[in-house]
Amino acid sequence: MWIVIGTLGGLSLFFGLLLGYAATRFKVEGNPIVEQINTILPQMQCGKCSWPGCRPYAEAIIRGEAEINQCAPGGETAMLAIAHLLDREPKPLNAEDQVVADTKLLAVIDESVCIGCTKCIQACPVDAILGAPKFMHTVIAQECTGCDLCVAPCPVVCIKMVPVPLSLTTWKWPYPNSG
Amino acid sequence: MRLWQFHGGVHLDGHKELSSQVPIAQANLPKFLIFPLLQHIGEPTEPIVHVGDKVLKGQIVAHCFGSDCSLMISAPIHASSSGTVVAIELRPVPHPSQLTAICIVIETDGQDVWTELNAIPDYTSLSPAAVREHIAHAGIVGLGGAGFPSHVKLRPQDIDTLVINGAECEPYITCDDRLMQECPQDILEGAQILRHTLGGTKRCIIAVEDNKPSAFQALSQVAQSTSVEVVKVPTLYPTGGERQLIKVLTGKEVGRAQFPASIGVVVHNVETTRAVFRAVTQGRPLVSRVVTVTGNGVDCPQNLEVLLGTPMREVLAQCGRKSDIEQLIMGGGMMGYALPRDDLPMIKTTNCLIASGPGELRVPPPLLPCIRCNACAQVCPIHLLPQQLYWHCKAKDFKRAQAYHLFDCIDCGCCAYVCPSHIPLVSYYRYAKAEIRASEREHKKAEQAQQRHEFRLFRVEREKKERAERHKQRAKGVDSG
Ligand code: SF4
Ligand code: SF4
Repeated sequence: MWIVIGTLGGLSLFFGLLLGYAATRFKVEGNPIVEQINTILPQMQCGKCSWPGCRPYAEAIIRGEAEINQCAPGGETAMLAIAHLLDREPKPLNAEDQVVADTKLLAVIDESVCIGCTKCIQACPVDAILGAPKFMHTVIAQECTGCDLCVAPCPVVCIKMVPVPLSLTTWKWPYPNSG
Repeated sequence: MRLWQFHGGVHLDGHKELSSQVPIAQANLPKFLIFPLLQHIGEPTEPIVHVGDKVLKGQIVAHCFGSDCSLMISAPIHASSSGTVVAIELRPVPHPSQLTAICIVIETDGQDVWTELNAIPDYTSLSPAAVREHIAHAGIVGLGGAGFPSHVKLRPQDIDTLVINGAECEPYITCDDRLMQECPQDILEGAQILRHTLGGTKRCIIAVEDNKPSAFQALSQVAQSTSVEVVKVPTLYPTGGERQLIKVLTGKEVGRAQFPASIGVVVHNVETTRAVFRAVTQGRPLVSRVVTVTGNGVDCPQNLEVLLGTPMREVLAQCGRKSDIEQLIMGGGMMGYALPRDDLPMIKTTNCLIASGPGELRVPPPLLPCIRCNACAQVCPIHLLPQQLYWHCKAKDFKRAQAYHLFDCIDCGCCAYVCPSHIPLVSYYRYAKAEIRASEREHKKAEQAQQRHEFRLFRVEREKKERAERHKQRAKGVDSG
């Protein structure tokens, strides 16, 4: 028990330090507005906005090449926040994107089928998949952002996106349907 | 004693006489008891029993992470009767979401055998910290309906006034009223224990609304020769709100985003106080509570001492359930919410069940546009501008709603109650608060994701460099060799 706690604690300390180091070393000195838009975006790096990640999308908005309603996972909340920030007219999401926004997903690997090819590990933008070559892989549920980038590369189709069930602590009061 | 007045408030039809005349009765022991793992505000608990285990009454069945609730905003859950754990599974729970949650289900054996109880014969010989830990272990949370773990509100330092809240200002609810009439001595002693736990407060005030003269009488009698003050406060909704009661009793305002403790006041409900008394002097953890079962949907509206985990259906049956119940509401007439079914368990925060008969509850009349009459602002006890809040929440402009102090709103419903256009104002505030909280959660997650992503870019870059380096080395080796 203590060994496990010790090891995990040590590991998290190590990665924490590494992350801290990476954060200062690779600090991007960019356009402050791009930065602000980037902090509104959900950081899934999923590419659903048709840009290769959240920051590239933020930059595209500023260059005038992208609309403010292209981030499906961010949904209406992100769109409104960007509109507010840039003082632009809100632009409703298209219906499909709204559906994406409303369902939180989580990648699950069918461990009995996984051949340990590491393709998904290479695809995951947030290093949320654990595994080594020839060993089966698992998704760290807490870190998975639900971007689904790992699904397509899997040669044996063993990764599924499943909706995260609502719990008492994540449930939200709905928008009043009248008035 | 001089009293003050808080801003706004509304005079409501109490409907209390329905249930306030009959003494508290014991609810029957049900065949099955159901314990949701989250019955309070804070961290959920985790089961520490398994299916098939035999449990005794008062035994902890679900504990906080690390089994020490005194350090967390959480409270353990105790079996309320003896029997066998028959399931740990998803069950519908009383919650506005109408969702299911993990529950421990116990089949009772009918013996109702207690586990060994740890009473403290002389609490004054123990340090406040030790008594507080004992209270945390007993699973006590705010029984007035909010469910905030009580030991957390016993931690602060420099408290000079302890207020015992017996205002009970919400329509229909009479459980505190009956308890004050029938067990004033327990409440008084519980108050002394709380006082000790807070390091000996200078003052201790028990506040009772003036529509409960018998309760006031009973408490005054037992408190006569003590330093505890029993005070009658005017009946006005929401006097029972923590901040409102503090204002009425002390004239002090608790600042925005502050806790009462920051001005030296701590408030506990009367039934919570009784639970503390039982936990300390008898060693008895929180396994039951008094619940008002009322409304025209039952033949004998009354207060029952109910074992936690008892399905509502059984309690309704005991009170003579009629066939024409229109709505089942948990909580009072203002802040309660409708339940979709009657097989849900009674939990620590179930202070009242209203089974409404035909036409008993106000059906909201058709909605009209806001006429900017400002009636809502006149009754808001927090001095907010409900109309502005409404516009911003409706437009999903959460920044502005927050600038108008959305998070100070206590969901009391005074504004919606007086609104001539019948706008469900509180529903908008709840919606907006939930959205803001969720987006804060998501924001935190996004930040973590971004860090991980940046670290990954760094890692990939480093690996590429290392590989290039290796290639170079190898190439050199080939050259020279
Ligand atoms: S009471 Fe209703 S109609 Fe009047 S200002 Fe407030 S929200 Fe508008
Ligand atoms: S529900 Fe909120 S806004 Fe309305 S009166 Fe109560 S505290 Fe004020």
